[in-house]
Amino acid sequence: MIDPVVVAQNLSKTYGAARVVNGVDFSIPRGRCYGFLGPNGAGKTTTLRLMLGLTPKSGGALEAFGLPVHEHASQIRRRVGVVPQADNLDPDFTVAENLRVYASYFALPSAGLDARIDALLEFVALAERRHARTHTLSGGMQRRLTIARALINEPELVVLDEPTTGLDPQARHVIWGRLAELRAAGTTLILTTHYMEEAERLCDELVIMDHGSILSHGSPAQLIAEHVEPEVVEIRGESSIARFDALECRTERMGTSLYCYTHDAAPLLAELHDTHTQFVHRPSGLEDVFLKLTGRELRD
Amino acid sequence: MANEAGTVAMGWDPWRIPRLRRGAFAVWRRNVLVWRRLVIPSLLLNFGEPTLYLLGLGFGLGHFIGEMGGMPYITFLASGMIASSAMTTASYEAMYSVYTRMVPQKTYEAILATPLEIEDILAGELLWCATKSLLSGCAILAVAALLGVVQGWQALFVLPVVLLIGLCFAAPALLMTAASPGYEFFNYYFVLIITPMFIMCGVFYPVSTLPAVVQEFVHVLPLTHAVALTRPIVSGQPLTQPLLHTLVLLLYMTVFYYAAVVVIRKRLLN
Ligand SMILES: Nc1ncnc2c1ncn2[C@@H]1O[C@H](COP(=O)(O)OP(=O)(O)OP(=O)(O)O)[C@@H](O)[C@H]1O
Ligand SMILES: [Mg+2]
Repeated sequence: MIDPVVVAQNLSKTYGAARVVNGVDFSIPRGRCYGFLGPNGAGKTTTLRLMLGLTPKSGGALEAFGLPVHEHASQIRRRVGVVPQADNLDPDFTVAENLRVYASYFALPSAGLDARIDALLEFVALAERRHARTHTLSGGMQRRLTIARALINEPELVVLDEPTTGLDPQARHVIWGRLAELRAAGTTLILTTHYMEEAERLCDELVIMDHGSILSHGSPAQLIAEHVEPEVVEIRGESSIARFDALECRTERMGTSLYCYTHDAAPLLAELHDTHTQFVHRPSGLEDVFLKLTGRELRD
Repeated sequence: MANEAGTVAMGWDPWRIPRLRRGAFAVWRRNVLVWRRLVIPSLLLNFGEPTLYLLGLGFGLGHFIGEMGGMPYITFLASGMIASSAMTTASYEAMYSVYTRMVPQKTYEAILATPLEIEDILAGELLWCATKSLLSGCAILAVAALLGVVQGWQALFVLPVVLLIGLCFAAPALLMTAASPGYEFFNYYFVLIITPMFIMCGVFYPVSTLPAVVQEFVHVLPLTHAVALTRPIVSGQPLTQPLLHTLVLLLYMTVFYYAAVVVIRKRLLN
């Protein structure tokens, strides 16, 4: 890969006896959007904190912009924007002041700062609320402000930990649009998410993690092709069909639904029509890969 | 190294010596901006408290006491309170406000995603706490001057000393905050450390009136050294051993600031 922005080799992190990040390798190419997917507790946030030099590693090697992260953390963070998993806007300031004060932590020159703040507030559609205190903003607005704040230093790399968790579909689409614009402008994005749709839309490449290890890596299409059959028929409730093997289906049960993965759904569909069973037929997606790799049991 | 054991933190040393970088001033400035919003209630506190003390105790008790340490009691009290109020102001700020920014508000978490480091944040906080001490010192001096108990313009030299006293007391309070699981914890510090110093270190009466054993102990405490600087300056008496007192205050500041940096590094960058 040419000119990777972040490279990890056999990177690990332990808390006491727990191996939270367990010897992972990855290489994040410049100008792309790179995703980390995994169930709760998989080690996504910890991996991001390692990349930012915010927690010491326990083993392996980690470089960003060609520099060892833990020796040059401050220097590296100057070139990075961070959207943390939980918003931590400064409640003592207004929307615009949050950006201005944050800029001072980067010692950005005051010339042009006003214009930059205006542009960023436009970018995240918060120009009207510039004098509002942050606690009066909705969750979606706070998230957008956090994204604007992460861009104040014109970062080459933006790290986003679950950027759209807890937001309504409209807010989520606005953020997706902004992230796509950033990527198109050449900014490297690293994001974690629990939304498969988000990962499929935004990520050029992603890894699926669980228990601190990387289970698989590739583009969304590659992962789907590699791990699951192209079609799924999801059967709701009880079905009288007992001969899935004969229909060349791989079946998995989850909750009250039965998932049948297959290369050709036609014979199964014909049978379902005859028995008047409720079902959904769709192409398989990242969620199917995710569930196959990380299992169907509840976490935490 | 330690790859196999996997327990050693690599490329990261919580004990490394802090540097003073300009990022500290960004943190200080942030606090100044917040304070500007609350300037009226803050100043009310700064002026109200010393006025009450000086009027109530200074004139009230002073009426019976007359002179103490070769000066009118109200001068004695004002020149001591300028030190003790620097102590309490810095301690409050370094505990309640700093804890609020560190834990519930997650302000430091946000700052740590920028080039700033723990040592910058704490240096900025230390300076800010001392700035608040300075504000309270100015208020007391102004009230005392209005009451006619300040001996001359030389009293203004007490202001840099007040800043130093603020730095000296903010540092151990920062260490308390660093180790604190919650606000309740600070009660111990106030009851066991701050209040005893307030009572025993010569603010209300000369240390020399205490029993000899207690005196030896009291001479180790920073407030005693702080008062030993502020009293002569405000009352216009000659300073004794100013270098020693200054060094003691600097020592307290340095040791406790360093300890606070180490403990907060371990707490936040875990
Ligand atoms: N400071 C810490 N001390 C001890 N254990 C920790 C600490 N931080 C995280 N862990 C543990 O490390 C594991 C991974 O946590 P992490 O936050 O990286 O997961 P995640 O993939 O981001 O999960 P989520 O999707 O819920 O955000 C969890 O089991 C968590 O309990
Ligand atoms: Mg997380």
